[in-house]
Amino acid sequence: MAGLIHQNKKKITFLAGILLIFALFFNGMALIELQQLTLIAVTVIAGIPIGLKALQAIRMKAFSIEMLVTIAVVGALVIGEYTESAVVTFLFLFGDYLEARTLEKTRSSLKNLIDLTPGEATIIREGINITIPVEEVVTGDRVIIRTGGKIPVDGTIISGQALLVEAVITGESVPASKKKGDIVYSGTMIESGYIEVLADKIGDDTVFAKIIELVEEAQDSKTKTEKFLNRFSAVYTPGVVVLSIMVYILTLDVHLAITFLVIACPGALVIGAPVSSVAGIGNGAKNGVLIKGGEVMDRFAKVDTLVFDKTGTLTKGKPQVTDIKSAGLLAENDLLQMVASAETVSEHHLGKTIVKEAEIRGIKLAAPEKSKVKKGSGLMALIGGHCLAIGNRKLMEANDVEISPELMDYAIGREKMGNTAIFISKDSKLAGIISIADQIREDAPAALAEMRKNGIKRIIMLTGDNRFTADRVAAALGLDEFHPELLPADKVKFIQNLQAEGHIVAMAGDGVNDAPAIAAADIGIAMGEGGTDISMETADAVLMADQLLQFSHAFSLSKATIRNMKQNTVLAVGTVAVLLAGVLMGSIHLASGMFIHEASVLLVILNAMRLMRFNHNKIKKEFKLRPVQA
Amino acid sequence: MMKVTFKMEPLTCPSCIKKIENAVMKIQGVESVDVLFHAGKVKVVYNEELVSALKVEETIVRLGYPVLSTKVA
Repeated sequence: MAGLIHQNKKKITFLAGILLIFALFFNGMALIELQQLTLIAVTVIAGIPIGLKALQAIRMKAFSIEMLVTIAVVGALVIGEYTESAVVTFLFLFGDYLEARTLEKTRSSLKNLIDLTPGEATIIREGINITIPVEEVVTGDRVIIRTGGKIPVDGTIISGQALLVEAVITGESVPASKKKGDIVYSGTMIESGYIEVLADKIGDDTVFAKIIELVEEAQDSKTKTEKFLNRFSAVYTPGVVVLSIMVYILTLDVHLAITFLVIACPGALVIGAPVSSVAGIGNGAKNGVLIKGGEVMDRFAKVDTLVFDKTGTLTKGKPQVTDIKSAGLLAENDLLQMVASAETVSEHHLGKTIVKEAEIRGIKLAAPEKSKVKKGSGLMALIGGHCLAIGNRKLMEANDVEISPELMDYAIGREKMGNTAIFISKDSKLAGIISIADQIREDAPAALAEMRKNGIKRIIMLTGDNRFTADRVAAALGLDEFHPELLPADKVKFIQNLQAEGHIVAMAGDGVNDAPAIAAADIGIAMGEGGTDISMETADAVLMADQLLQFSHAFSLSKATIRNMKQNTVLAVGTVAVLLAGVLMGSIHLASGMFIHEASVLLVILNAMRLMRFNHNKIKKEFKLRPVQA
Repeated sequence: MMKVTFKMEPLTCPSCIKKIENAVMKIQGVESVDVLFHAGKVKVVYNEELVSALKVEETIVRLGYPVLSTKVA
C-alpha cells in the first residue's frame, strides 16, 4: 500500500493540481459548495502521501517535516480553511517533485559518469567469443573491443591497436593512440581500431570505479558551512516548535501558530550549501579536476600563495637526452649503457629518460647488482663490480669526486642552455656528464596569469634541480621566487614557514618526492597522468590530464562555489526572516507562505545549477598558447 | 563486521539523512551508518552475528524509503 502510493506520487501531485484549477473555476462561477468539496478532495488526495510519510517516521520515533505539515493541514481543516489546506498539501508535493527534478540535474554530471560504466564485455574463453555481463569478467580474461566499443576492464593490450578517447579518466578529449603493451582503462572508448586486452583489474578495482567513488565521497563530504547549518537546523527545528507554542500561548490564535510552524521549516537553509558544492564538484569532474570535497573548495578559495614543483608540474616532465659527454675513460655508448643499466631500477623521470635514450639507440641493458636511491641527489649502483654514482653536484661532493675546470665549465654551459646536467662517477672518478632538457608546459603562462588575476599574490617554484635550469624556467614564467636544489624535507619546511607567516598555500607536484609537501600544504594538488598513486592519494585535488589550466579552473571554480554557497545562505536566511516577520504581522498566510518557501528552495537549487555551466574556456582562447623552451 | 551499501531512490530532503541515520543506528548490531545524500546511497557497517542486511533494509523501507539494490561486501 505504502509502496503503491509512493510510486504514484507524481500522478497524485498532478491530479491534485488539476483539481485545484477546477476549484478555482468553481470559485469564479460562485459554486461555493462544489468548490469546498473539491478543495477537501485535493487536501485528502495530496495529504495521503504526506501523512503516510509522517506516520512512517513516527513509527520509527523520528521527527519529520511531513509531521509539521500534517499537523498544520489537519489544523486548517478543523478551522475550515479549505483553500489553505488544499494549496499547502499540493505545494508541498509539487515542491518535492520539482526539487527532485532539479536536484537530479545538479547530480547529473556524476550520473553521466556512472552511466559510462560499460555493461557487457566480449571475451575469448576456450577459443570462442562470448558476450557476458561485465560483472562476470575475471582477471586474466582476454577481452575484445572493437570500434565504438567501451573498454570494460583495466588491462594491457595484447594485440591490435586503436585510437582511444580517454576523456572519462583524463578530461582530455583528443584521442590517444594505443598499441600492444599499452595500458587501457575501463570506461574509455575506442574511436577506431580493434584491440584484445588482458584484464588486470575489474569491477570496483578499476581506476574508473575509484574515480566515481572519490567523487561520490567528495560530494557528500561536508564543508564547514554545511556542518554549521546541520548543527543549526538540529537546534532550529525543535526551537521553531517551541516558538510556535509560545506564539499560541501569547495570541491564542491556532491559525497563526500553525502558519508560523510550517513557514519556519528550514528547507532552503539546509539544502543551499550542499547543493552548491555538489554542482561545483560535478563541474570539476567534467573538466578533468577531481576535487575531494566541499571542504577542499572552502580552503582552496582562500589560497593566496602557490608553490610548484618544477619537473613534471610546470614542465612536461618528459625530458630528452640532449648530449652525452664522456670524460675520456669510456666511449659515449658504453657510458650510456652503464648509466642506463643502473637507472633501470629508478622511478625518477630523469633516470627513465636515460633508459629510454638507451633503448632508442638499441643498447642492451642489464640490471645492476645493487642500487640505492639518494633522495634529492641521485642514485648509487654497483655494476660489473664497479661503483657508480649518478646525480647532481652534491652527490659528487659526497663521494669526493673531483670535477675538472673544463668539465665544470661545460656543465654550467649546458645548464645555462636549460639542461639538467647529470654527473656520473665510476669508482669515485668522473666518467662523464649527460645533459637532459625538459619543456615548460604550453598552458603554464596562461594558467598562472589567470590565477594571478583571481587573487594569487605569490608564485614560488621549489625544485631539486640546479639553479640555472630553475632560473630559466622561473624567468620564462615570471615567477616571484624560486628555490633550487631542495630535498623533499626542505620543500615541506619551506611550506610550513610560509604557513607560519600566515599564508594559505597550495602546493602542486607530481612525484613520490612531492607527496610530503603536498600533504603539508593547505591544498595539495597532484598531477594525475604523470603522477604517482601516492601523490594522488595525499592530494586534495587531482589534475587528471596534467593541464595547468585545469588548476586555474579548479581555483576559480572553488571561488565561484563558495560565493554561490554564501548567496544561497543569505537567500535562505533572508526568506525565512521575511516570511516569519510577515506571518507575525499577519500579512502572510499559510498558502502564500508555503509558496514563497518552496520557491526559495527552488531558487537556491537553480542558483547552484549555474555552477555546472561555469567554465573558463573563454580564457583559453584569449591566450595564444605557444611552447616555451625550458 | 560486514558492510552493506543500499542504493536508494534519489533523496530529496536533507532531513531524510538524520531520519535514516537515527532509525538505523537504533538497530542492535549496527556499528555505523553513512547516508550519502547526493549519491543516494546508505552505507551500513554491522555485526553479522547480531543483525542481517535484510533486517536493516526492512527498517529503511518501513521508514518510507524504497531500496533499489543491495550490495554486501
